[in-house]
Amino acid sequence: MDDFLAARSQMAISLGFHIIYSCIGMVMPFFMAVSHYKWIKTGDPVYKNITRAWSKGVAIFFATGAVSGTILSFELGLLWPKFMQQAGPIFGMPFSLEGVAFFIEAIALGFFLYGWDKFNKWFHWFTCVVIGISGIVSGILVVAANSWMNNPSGFDYVNGQYSNIDPIKAMFNGSWFSEALHMSLAAFSATGFAVAGVHALMIARRKNVVFHTKAFKIAIVFGAVAAILQPFSGDIAAKNVYKTQPAKLDAMEAYFHTQANAPLVLGGIPDTATKKVKYGIEIPGLLSFLVHDNFGEKVNGLDKIPHKDQPPVSITHFSFDLMVIIGSAMMLLGLMYFWAVWKKRSWLTKKWFLRLFILAVPFGFVAVEAGWTVTEVGRQPWIIYGIMRTSEAVTPMPGIHYTFYLFTAIYFILTIAVIFLLTRQIKMVPVLYDTK
Amino acid sequence: MLYVVIAFLFLAIVLYFLLGGADFGAGIIELFTSEKNRPHTRKTMYQAIGPIWEANHMWLIIAVVILFVGFPAIYSQMCTWLHIPLLIMLLGIMARGTAFAFRNYDAVKGERTQNIYNHIFVYSSFITPLFLGIIAGSAISRQIDLQATTFLSGYIFSWFNYFSVAVGLFTVALSGYLAAVYLIGEAENEKDILRFIKKARLMTIVAVVFGSLVFVAAGFESIQLARFIFGNPVSIAAVIVASISLILQWILIRRGKKKIIRVTAALQVTMILLAVGYMHYPYFVMVKSGENLSLLSLHAPAKTITDLGWALCIGSLLILPSLFYLYVSFQRKSEHDF
Repeated sequence: MDDFLAARSQMAISLGFHIIYSCIGMVMPFFMAVSHYKWIKTGDPVYKNITRAWSKGVAIFFATGAVSGTILSFELGLLWPKFMQQAGPIFGMPFSLEGVAFFIEAIALGFFLYGWDKFNKWFHWFTCVVIGISGIVSGILVVAANSWMNNPSGFDYVNGQYSNIDPIKAMFNGSWFSEALHMSLAAFSATGFAVAGVHALMIARRKNVVFHTKAFKIAIVFGAVAAILQPFSGDIAAKNVYKTQPAKLDAMEAYFHTQANAPLVLGGIPDTATKKVKYGIEIPGLLSFLVHDNFGEKVNGLDKIPHKDQPPVSITHFSFDLMVIIGSAMMLLGLMYFWAVWKKRSWLTKKWFLRLFILAVPFGFVAVEAGWTVTEVGRQPWIIYGIMRTSEAVTPMPGIHYTFYLFTAIYFILTIAVIFLLTRQIKMVPVLYDTK
Repeated sequence: MLYVVIAFLFLAIVLYFLLGGADFGAGIIELFTSEKNRPHTRKTMYQAIGPIWEANHMWLIIAVVILFVGFPAIYSQMCTWLHIPLLIMLLGIMARGTAFAFRNYDAVKGERTQNIYNHIFVYSSFITPLFLGIIAGSAISRQIDLQATTFLSGYIFSWFNYFSVAVGLFTVALSGYLAAVYLIGEAENEKDILRFIKKARLMTIVAVVFGSLVFVAAGFESIQLARFIFGNPVSIAAVIVASISLILQWILIRRGKKKIIRVTAALQVTMILLAVGYMHYPYFVMVKSGENLSLLSLHAPAKTITDLGWALCIGSLLILPSLFYLYVSFQRKSEHDF
């Protein structure tokens, strides 16, 4: 493995794991806040127990998310020193603010986890809300930094020199909103479905049904609402991508030839040599509609992009389709949940119904990884779109493949450990929180 | 605004050495505690650092962010030539943070699994400050060669030299010292207090020995540390303050002043960092040949520095009071075990 590929893979592995830890660590505090609120309002001890059980999960995920995030803040420099040297002053603003938000989150977490029965209960609840808000703000800021790499702004670039640098403009680049919205909803739906699915499993097994039913309800409401809203944010994001990074959109849709009445290709195997998609299903005009809100209008294809500036088409296209399929499935499940609550309450306790949600535990995170692949692989060969190539940014240090293997092993071990600990926490629910 | 940013950079570094250091030190103390007393020390330590350890480590993030936003060229060079020790430090941080969380949040307190967490925790508590010190030492050792042509001279000898390793060991000793002094105030009974006092004394001696070793190692590498330190009034004053407070410390410990000794211990470490920082200022990284990396010349454009400065000022208004309240709130020991 050459060093460049190793560096990219190491970054992908690190981000791929961090994104899961941090999504959960960022969204679960909201579930806790709701359940904690219900406990204070109703005095029902089950809600208190749910909050405490979740808070242990959050503590585990926050610790892993914090250390993997610390590693990333260094890895940016360890693997891409030339990128950081040039980009640091321009896109660093969201990172500095994220540092502040993350700090506040850590402080609030200290108060919340160790503050049971020590503080006024509303203050204690408030610290939980602060964890959630500062977590989501951190997430939005980090995504804003990423969106700058996709849509660099806030500077002039003349003859290889950066001038008129404005970090605030760079932070509020044209893509920050669509990306942050899409990622935040993804975090809520992925975490909501994963948590709800685990509780559904316990309900199906008839273990602590009252506890798990209440927990399921809180998690799935968050997850379902986010999953139903997600396609709309996806539409905003796709339009933004076409405007700012046409090459990425073309790769997502495996769209080779510029034409009017542009078709949307579902599935299929893109062949970059013949510039055709085999076995794909074409829906005429739909891509034109998605991009321009008009079935007839021309959409520029990959043929408008110089070959050396094109991203890998197959990976981007497959990942995109995977994300869309899973996203649609989650939206349907979400609608089904609300339908059940509204019209068919008997479904809620049926095995087949619970099984659907158990099946959906990994869905959101697979979609998150796929979406992340779309945005990162789809930007290649650039690290700063149109400005700096990824290959120009890589560290001169040789032997990166060793650290890549090391990191891969460590992240796998860490994840296995996290799953092991969560399983133990869930198994202990009857012992720790049995209210009978 | 540049000076505000530089002040925050040094503040974050000093606070990370103090708070993160005390935190690592808790693990080091555990490592050097007899099997018999370990479970007890562990419990005291957990109560003392449990609520605050995550926050303590945020200072590292703040320092890194200031470096890469405000001084990207320096960050980039450090990341390139000190890649290996940075990587080891990161792995240490990761192992330590997760092991600490896992051992407290493993619902089943099995002996074997707890043993694994404990081992990971204590060894990474030793390795992380060792490499943190090595990195700090390397920054001023003049062994970083920006024109290096071989792997060894570029990526190994930049940090693997007598001086850097001595600074690393000194950092470990200081961390243990800070933790021991801190734990005196957290101990539950007379017996524990005496035990931590003994540890604190031992760590003082170890720190003084390793501190002298740094000067010896500096001699080996022909770094004129002594001449630098005693060449400017601020550093001399800092060294004098540190020495006086060290003597004061022994007296105060004997008198059982549990809270003031924290201040004097922190003062000593701060003075050491001040002496070293001031004598190199404005240079942040000393290199083998050519221009040293200066905070005053390699900073980001003015607009970035201004915005960063404001972000830090406003951020600290939010962080410092809540952090202070966090420390105060968990000072009193609670009987409630989460």
